[in-house]
Amino acid sequence: MSSKTSALRLQVESALTARVPSPFQHRDRPLVDAVPAGISSVDISTGGFPRGSLTEIYGPPCSGKTSLLISALASRTAASEVCALVDARDAFDPQSAEAAGVKLEQLLWVRCRNVDQALRSTDLLIQGGGFGLIALDLGDTPPNIVRYVPLQVWFRFRRAVESTPTILVLLEQESNAKTCASLVLELRAQKTHWLQTSGCSEKISLPHSPACLLGGWKSHAEIIRSSLKRKTRVLIPRDHLFPNIGDGVDFEAEVLGNYSHAECGKASVGGGSRPR
Amino acid sequence: MAFASIFVPHFMVQAVARTDSSLRDRALVLIDGNPPSSSVVAVNEVAARMGIEPGMAKANAAQFAGVEIRPRSRTQERIAHAALLDIGWSVSPRIENAAEDAIILDLAGLTGIFGSEKDIGTHLDSLSAEFGLSAHIAIASNIDTAQIAARGFPGITVIPHGQESQYLSGLPVSVLSPSMEMAETLSRWGVRTCADFANLPILQLSERLGQEGVRLHALARGESSRSLVIAEAEHFFEEEMELDDPVEELDPLSFLLGRLLDQLCARLAARSLAAAAIRVRFELQPSFDNAVNIRKEIFREKAAPGLYEKELQLPLPTRDSKMLLKLLRLRLQLNPPNAAIQKIAIAAHAARPRATQGGLFRPSFPDPEKLELTIARIAQVVGEASVGAPSLVDTYRPGEFRMRRFLTPQETAEKNHHLKAALYPEEQSKNSKTPTSFRVFRPPVPAKIEPNIGSPARVFFRGLSGEVAAASGPWRTSGEWWQENSWQQEEWDLEIHFHSFSERNDLHAKCHPDCGLYLFYYDLPRGSWFVRGLYD
Repeated sequence: MSSKTSALRLQVESALTARVPSPFQHRDRPLVDAVPAGISSVDISTGGFPRGSLTEIYGPPCSGKTSLLISALASRTAASEVCALVDARDAFDPQSAEAAGVKLEQLLWVRCRNVDQALRSTDLLIQGGGFGLIALDLGDTPPNIVRYVPLQVWFRFRRAVESTPTILVLLEQESNAKTCASLVLELRAQKTHWLQTSGCSEKISLPHSPACLLGGWKSHAEIIRSSLKRKTRVLIPRDHLFPNIGDGVDFEAEVLGNYSHAECGKASVGGGSRPR
Repeated sequence: MAFASIFVPHFMVQAVARTDSSLRDRALVLIDGNPPSSSVVAVNEVAARMGIEPGMAKANAAQFAGVEIRPRSRTQERIAHAALLDIGWSVSPRIENAAEDAIILDLAGLTGIFGSEKDIGTHLDSLSAEFGLSAHIAIASNIDTAQIAARGFPGITVIPHGQESQYLSGLPVSVLSPSMEMAETLSRWGVRTCADFANLPILQLSERLGQEGVRLHALARGESSRSLVIAEAEHFFEEEMELDDPVEELDPLSFLLGRLLDQLCARLAARSLAAAAIRVRFELQPSFDNAVNIRKEIFREKAAPGLYEKELQLPLPTRDSKMLLKLLRLRLQLNPPNAAIQKIAIAAHAARPRATQGGLFRPSFPDPEKLELTIARIAQVVGEASVGAPSLVDTYRPGEFRMRRFLTPQETAEKNHHLKAALYPEEQSKNSKTPTSFRVFRPPVPAKIEPNIGSPARVFFRGLSGEVAAASGPWRTSGEWWQENSWQQEEWDLEIHFHSFSERNDLHAKCHPDCGLYLFYYDLPRGSWFVRGLYD
């Protein structure tokens, strides 16, 4: 029997020699390069976004996933890489992105009208090559539509970026890429911060006061899946070198003061200026 | 000192046959003039052997079997002449534009680059063939001898110094281009060849034929001497093709475009230039409606052909004809012409080719040519206006931006940054907070608000309803009051707690913890509430 097994193994190996060398040899997971996502707590916990892999970020609306994506784009464009954003529902806001540090001249924005256009555009961008980060934003697409995307699409995307330095990021409301994604993060919003405007002596009492400003909110990001050993240039503590499934990390999103050009509000009590 | 002359025999015919190789081996006749009095103006060798001569009426020429009759094309002649000049400039910086069908090159200092004079001649011959011209090439130590020898001898002729008269002796006197009167005189005298003419005594010749005779005598002996009249470099890169049958399909059109682009890129390469932009112009077949109207006219006029023009701006100068063809195909698929094409013209704006050097520590950029193709393919999917780089506009109008053409970033500005990034590991971000991002609803979503003491208390939009848990506003913004599309808005940041799960649509099906942060605004001129987007 063992001779039959050996003969069969030899036959399979010789048949696959041209395509797959040593098909029965166990392979260690390759080390991949990871780069910072731009949020320190997320970088420490995950080690950064891996190159040549698919990273999936999902969560309901207002959970902070767009902020995480924009932060990653800012990080990559600051490193002089060219990035691409495939926007399935044309929801990208250039003003807030620039305020967050994204260099718009290094961002190729593809404004789609449906999922099919978004998938085809992503395919073309991956084939074109040369991008540091390609983001496919399905954040506003209803989950029941994204569920119909076959799994082989994500698998094909993952294979296409595998031997490239491109980071492929997928933004959704629920997880669909399954094992095709090397890193899966689930985001949930937590507490919202409201700030009291200066000059107002009264304590803010919700539900409403015209003397308050939206300060930001706290998001919770949980690592659902991380399947790659990564070599990373991100300085992280030793015990965070291999992120554990279920590790959660909080990060805070802050409303900046300069991403819109609105006039200062004059009607609010307290006279505080709104940071837009 | 040596000079080369390139002469293109049957130039008018070769100009037409240049872009259509199938015509080169067939009897080709060019006609000119207004019908019905159009006549033959040029024939190639095959047609000449059949007995067709210039001056013959078109109807007579058409009676010969297998003859291809085409109209004379002055545009094609201009293009062929430009190609001839490109051949010259690709080899020597000093050329003389001797005639429409001939040029002369100064070969001084070129033997070190191209080899012997014979090698130079071979190189010129192969270049001519590459450009679709069959030329005679002659090299001699003086300009006029080279020019005469090119007209007289087929193929490549190299005349050693001192043997000019010997080589020219057998040629007919017509190669000297005498005036009509002089030619008649020489014919009466029985002077047929250059040798006969060269043997005439010079003194008696000058008495009878004057200075013109003396000049021709020197030409016949290969003893004339003059300076080269240097032609100024021209940048005329255009190729044209007139089609026998109009073309409607993209595939056959691509084949023709590819041929023209190959010629254009070869000419650019010969001049060490590249195309910074490509302009295509199609003459379209007149439409059926026009034809019907023409029949109704009392004075029948030929309908003017429609025109289709497109300009392709390239991110970097290139002479890759295959890449240019792909870009043109994608552009034509996006905006196809609305009628069959009967004439194609392609022109290139010439520029110096790019010179780039890769860096060891540079991050990878998309290759500009590949990126241009990728963007063109994406434009086919989403539309040209929906792909590009966003750019903010200098205005206070909320959400204003424009899309501009995407170009890869300049290398030199980032060189120092790349070096620093390579030497030092990437540092993790030090900020504890990340800037908030916004997701825009395009177009803004109409909403209904139930106010309470001057601020929103309940909201309704997109089939959702919710209570306002917290609000910040109103923040007034307005501008451009002097224009028709001025704006006046009151913005509110609202934290909304939505009602029960069953009342929500899929967009917020999994909103947890059942709330969201939205930006609402009241449009004063329209008197309506809208949702601009949400904070995510």
